[in-house]
Amino acid sequence: MDLSILTAAAINGLLLGGIYTLVACGLTLIYGVLHIINFAHGSLLMVAMFGVYYLLTVFKIDPYVSLFIMVPAMFVLGYVLYKGLIGRFSSGKDENILLITLGLSILLENIALMFFKGDSRTITVAYSDTMIELGPTLVPLPKLISFAVAMLLCLALGWLIQRTDTGRAIRAVAKERMGARLVGLDVDKVYAISFGLGLATLGAAACLLMPIFYVSPTIGHVFVLVAFTVVVLGGMGSFLGAVLGGLIVGLTESFGGLFLGESLGQIGISLIFILILLLRPSGLFGAKA
Amino acid sequence: MSDHLHAARPVPWALHLSLLALAVAFPFVFPSNFMVNFGVMALFYAFIGQAWNISGGFAGQMSFGHVAFFGVGAYVSTVMQMRFGFSPWWGLPGAALAGALVAGFVAVVSFRAGLKGSYFALITLAFGEVLRIISNSVDITGGGLGMLIPMKSGVANFQFEERSGFYFLILLFAAASVALAEWLRRSRFGARLAAIRENEDAAKALGIDVLSEKIKVLVLSGAMCGMGGCFFAQYFLYIDPTIVFGVDKSVEMLLVSMIGGAGTVYGPLIGALLLASISDITRVMTQIQGLSLVIYGGLLVIIIAYLPNGLIDLFRRRGGQPGGKR
Amino acid sequence: MLQVQGLSKIFGGLRAVDDASLSVDKGRIVALIGPNGAGKTTFFACVAGFHQPDAGRVHFNGQDITGMAPHLIARHGMVRTFQITQPFAKLSVLDNIMVGAYQLHARDADARAHAIAVAQKVGMAPLLGQAAMELTVAGRKRLELARALATNPQLLLLDEVMAGLNPSEIVEMVGIVRTIRDLGVTVLLIEHVMQAVMSLSENIYVLSHGRVIAQGAPRDVVSNPAVIEAYLGRGAAAIHGGGTHA
Repeated sequence: MDLSILTAAAINGLLLGGIYTLVACGLTLIYGVLHIINFAHGSLLMVAMFGVYYLLTVFKIDPYVSLFIMVPAMFVLGYVLYKGLIGRFSSGKDENILLITLGLSILLENIALMFFKGDSRTITVAYSDTMIELGPTLVPLPKLISFAVAMLLCLALGWLIQRTDTGRAIRAVAKERMGARLVGLDVDKVYAISFGLGLATLGAAACLLMPIFYVSPTIGHVFVLVAFTVVVLGGMGSFLGAVLGGLIVGLTESFGGLFLGESLGQIGISLIFILILLLRPSGLFGAKA
Repeated sequence: MSDHLHAARPVPWALHLSLLALAVAFPFVFPSNFMVNFGVMALFYAFIGQAWNISGGFAGQMSFGHVAFFGVGAYVSTVMQMRFGFSPWWGLPGAALAGALVAGFVAVVSFRAGLKGSYFALITLAFGEVLRIISNSVDITGGGLGMLIPMKSGVANFQFEERSGFYFLILLFAAASVALAEWLRRSRFGARLAAIRENEDAAKALGIDVLSEKIKVLVLSGAMCGMGGCFFAQYFLYIDPTIVFGVDKSVEMLLVSMIGGAGTVYGPLIGALLLASISDITRVMTQIQGLSLVIYGGLLVIIIAYLPNGLIDLFRRRGGQPGGKR
Repeated sequence: MLQVQGLSKIFGGLRAVDDASLSVDKGRIVALIGPNGAGKTTFFACVAGFHQPDAGRVHFNGQDITGMAPHLIARHGMVRTFQITQPFAKLSVLDNIMVGAYQLHARDADARAHAIAVAQKVGMAPLLGQAAMELTVAGRKRLELARALATNPQLLLLDEVMAGLNPSEIVEMVGIVRTIRDLGVTVLLIEHVMQAVMSLSENIYVLSHGRVIAQGAPRDVVSNPAVIEAYLGRGAAAIHGGGTHA
């Protein structure tokens, strides 16, 4: 196996991994602040991706431009979902929330199946076939753009959490809910905002994924496991972990496909997930569970 | 998510027997293929739902990956038959053993690492995925094409000419599973599982070997799932990785128990009857794919929110108070 | 019956238990007291197998049980209760106690009979059908006790069994603990409620910052200057001149 093939696989893995990172950032934010394992993360991404699909096919809006629509729209969806459903059960048993988000994911997936049937859809834009040379390999332009934007957004999210008042409030609530309440923070609102932000990242990820991937009602399954693996690998609640985790998972997927073939290659992600949970459940950077 | 083990009035034998009688009479009263199939599916889901219920409801170890034990049973029995020429009936114990072994492995590995609650649920999901990917990629299982069992009617081939043959077999399984659940309610093993479900530390302080009991219950559950998988393969005569290792089955097993009433004897049956009814009704009345599961997902959310003990609470509120008489 | 030697438990930089030694003779009631944060519950947890001690040994009936798994220690006859009660919430009182009884009896009927008998001994008979989560604090404490008692323990480790009880409930509980001892069970209790400590215990150990700072008969311990200082602060012994307090 010569170096150029390996490098090509590495590059592709990293590029895709960048987007996994964005998806995982949302999940880890939701977990870090609300202590909710959002099983519906994958199906919500699917919903967002259908949104991007229709924005292009019906309204002719370029997916990257859709960012300005999808991100706020998903934020609002997240806020409303929290207030309307999730918020009521966020203080209950851990497993109940998992089940509610499971129920939500089943609902979303099957509503999508009802409307869109099982087919996968892809989109093409003017520059879909433009290839950029990157080392030994040719990379489609959208893949590069998506990676760059994903990384930028992760940074932006990180900046928001670290430097703004809202971010400070979020961090306060994440660390010490009761204390935050005592200093006057509206904890419920912070929760809703955090959930909204978590979904906003999905809105962004959807815009970035559509040009290089496909959407079908069932891809939620795929992304859920990927997102969980990234978050668990990186450490629940850690952004740096999500970034590193995303890149590692992207690489694993790529090399898995290279060495084990299309079908068996997918096993890498599940195995990482299992091994991390068994051997180092706090992940690379997470706090001890 | 529980049945006050002994506090709620125990289900009277009269009820058990009448339900059994009704079930036995069913295919004679409704002999059409459609209805018998409905009966088979309802009892099938009641059976595998009960399998989930034993570890997820009674012992409180919620799993999202029970399909792993189911699928391994389906494949082992089919492979035994198609690749090694065993009589299909050997598939049943083979499947049970396979399910038990996989469950044992998952249990030992996960519980020794101290995984519980949501983390345990997620790791079981991953195990199921691993098995799905493997079965999709190796020749002996036919890879992505799955495996077809040629139609050869006859009891010796574990294929019944009359659909009702399958019906009575699955009725036997389901009835046995109900008996098992009843036994759990009144036995030391069941009491220990309930203790583990409610509070592991307190259970340990009272001398219960929590790790060992959890492994035992998962192995039992896995064996049952395996048998369910074997039955499924023989009934439909076709299996593939998505059907028997897909997340959907795990969800269905969980769904019938949680909606009907986890940790109760008849919860899974109630949930299964509902699932099969909704499934058949939506299939007949509309062409819309996925409608039944939409209803299911919605029901799950509603039940967890408002009736966390499951639908069985509706039956119990009429009867005694939780607390019952002694 | 119980011999703890040089037990230590360190969490990060904190020495929660520091070279503590204690012994309990068969049939006695011994108390472990000390200001909040002294390490008493950690001590119990180490002895009962819920934590691995970093140093020291625990001998029970002559056998070295240091670091043994908690359920094995329980089977050997040492059973602990918890400071914050840990009932099997959704099970009935009877079922809770039966879990303990199943330690001794394999059959449902035998376990039930034994559990009912234990419930009667601690005065819980009228509550048997109630769900554990519906009990008052006093009820839960009593249930915790009954459950442990149902395993027929030789040594009972009671962690603040009086906490949260009103004065008349305390009097009742004191009576129950005495009854338990009279039935042949040895008791080691962690307690803050001095009234109970003074009336029940024959021997007291005082723990402060993880170390045993005093030990002896109740009257002596309570007038010990070091003990007074541990509770009330430096110089308090001089002010209070070594008098007793309840």
